[in-house]
Amino acid sequence: MESSIPTRMGDGALVRLTPAEIETAIRDGVAAAVKRARVKPLTEDEIAHLLDIFSSRSRFSAVDIGDEVTLSYDGCGSQDMGTRVNDLQYYEQYLCADSVELYHHDYSYKPAKAVLGLEQTTMRQAQFLITAPCGYGAMPDLGLYTVPDGPLANWSQLLPMGKIGEARAAQEEAVELAAADIFLVAASMADAGADFIDLDTAGAAGDADFLAALKAIERIRARFPDLGIQIGMASEFVLGMHGELEYDGVRLAGLWPREQMMLAAKAGVTIFGPAINVNTGKPVAWNVARTIAIVKQCCEESTVPVHLNGGMGVGGVPMHILPPGDATSRASRAAVDILRLDGL
Amino acid sequence: MQITRGMRLKQAKEYVAGKLSVSVMDLSDPVVMLDVRKERGLGASTEAGEILYVDDPVGLEAKFHIAELLDIPINSVERFKAMTGARG
Repeated sequence: MESSIPTRMGDGALVRLTPAEIETAIRDGVAAAVKRARVKPLTEDEIAHLLDIFSSRSRFSAVDIGDEVTLSYDGCGSQDMGTRVNDLQYYEQYLCADSVELYHHDYSYKPAKAVLGLEQTTMRQAQFLITAPCGYGAMPDLGLYTVPDGPLANWSQLLPMGKIGEARAAQEEAVELAAADIFLVAASMADAGADFIDLDTAGAAGDADFLAALKAIERIRARFPDLGIQIGMASEFVLGMHGELEYDGVRLAGLWPREQMMLAAKAGVTIFGPAINVNTGKPVAWNVARTIAIVKQCCEESTVPVHLNGGMGVGGVPMHILPPGDATSRASRAAVDILRLDGL
Repeated sequence: MQITRGMRLKQAKEYVAGKLSVSVMDLSDPVVMLDVRKERGLGASTEAGEILYVDDPVGLEAKFHIAELLDIPINSVERFKAMTGARG
């Protein structure tokens, strides 16, 4: 009888699986990626490597010495201790972050606009103390432009009423408002010394949200040719809330990471962050295998660095407020080993 | 190198190692890199008095040296140069 190995489910729960059950989970995860995202399956060597990683009983798993990758973060610190600048220092000095990101608690570009002067002076203070690249980040967050938070009709209310034309018109208007706000904040923070701008959780409100991000990136790149621009996606697949929006002749609804990356690179990003959702009812081994299969071609073909989003509920990391280190380290190591990532 | 140049990791490691005259393997070796960072004024973990001394650059000062060594424009450094230059 095979001995069981302690491992995790996608919600973080500890379970015991035999090596045969882990192998089945890995193969099922790859098959799920092939079916859903129409990607190539992983090779037998790659599946064997995943089995090796997930069959270990060790508390922690890590890449080989020399294979380390850079670590970037979307929003540094809890904002519960000291100041926001202290948060950045902790991340640089104690967590060894390779880049740090100042953020406002609302973490959206629209509310950041209202406190821009404070954000600029905080960035300026931070730059004197931080050596690592120090940027500013927030989300496009298109929903904030609809009632009751914004001026536009709410497409989530219009769509169930069958008002497709009105819903699309509202989203098109929101794209322009969001792109203008993102550019204003980004330009202001760059003027205050930010080394890069991060558009995080892009596409959260669907294809219009992603379009707003791409349009803003284009404008930022045109104004600041040498500024770092990082984009982190909201999920593995761009939802078609509008359905007909295009960028550079490519329909945005339904795009997977490879195509997302190509458009983001064309718009002007220097770092692309794919986000692959976690299924909480499946083992972490299943989720990691599925993540890697979906992202592999994107990593192979990318013209810019790829930092896979690896955190609570994405990139194979359990959907739990305190993701266990055993699961997080296995998911990270597996992704770096097989995808040859540029960062996490 | 990734942030300002969009350079992928393998090339970025080789570029930085070349500029520092170390091997790619050395880049992730804290024993080697502490001496390299101190010698070049690139900043380090700031255990004041134990790791960094009064003349060792920290923060933006170290970033100036990084920009010069790697021959890249770093926005915060460029911004500081413009502001201090403008005020004479």
